[in-house]
Amino acid sequence: MTITLLYFAWVRERNGAGEETVTPPQEVKTIADLVDWLSTSSAGHAAAFEDRGRLRAAIDQDFVPLDTPIGQAREIALFPPVTGG
Amino acid sequence: MIRVVVQKSPIDIMAEMARVEGEAGAVATFTGLVRADDGVETLELEHYPGATEAALTKVAEGACVRWGLSAATIVHRVGPMHPGERIVFVAAASAHRGASLEACAYLIDRLKTDAPFWKRETRGAEASWVEARDADEAAAARWER
Repeated sequence: MTITLLYFAWVRERNGAGEETVTPPQEVKTIADLVDWLSTSSAGHAAAFEDRGRLRAAIDQDFVPLDTPIGQAREIALFPPVTGG
Repeated sequence: MIRVVVQKSPIDIMAEMARVEGEAGAVATFTGLVRADDGVETLELEHYPGATEAALTKVAEGACVRWGLSAATIVHRVGPMHPGERIVFVAAASAHRGASLEACAYLIDRLKTDAPFWKRETRGAEASWVEARDADEAAAARWER
């Protein structure tokens, strides 16, 4: 299954790109699994996802915890805690 | 009536006020301005297009239902801006002041934790992402029930 990944703020900067398309293996069940899997793919990904405590996620534009199953997600966003207003 | 806008251009408060007032008896507003904290020269706002508007609409709808507002407005700027410029404007319109004052505080408190915006400060040649504050989480949490 193909998923579009979006990155924002320093997660985007450390990854070196704001968007990519991936097809995770079957054993990737949750967003946390996805982050683990991505971290092995490049030094940039590893740096972006190093600090799990400051990583937030959204599935198809809804904020969710990192232990949420990916299910049929088409778009997953990973980003730092928000700082608007 | 709900009005949610994410824009690059400056916020025109008078135009926004005229829109939100309608037949209301009371309008409460909050305006956030860019501070020159420790010599900040530029503040840049990044956001998650689509998700931002959806999150802000949910916040505005929540306020309208909870306080029976006649109108709620949220206008947030994105892109680069400078100290003194308006970054966010929220307004709540109701029949009497109690509802609009509380709803106005709710709008800005929830916006800070629920909408995907990120601030990046530039001082001279140095740029840094603003850290989220626990106080903002606490301010948003007080509206849970």
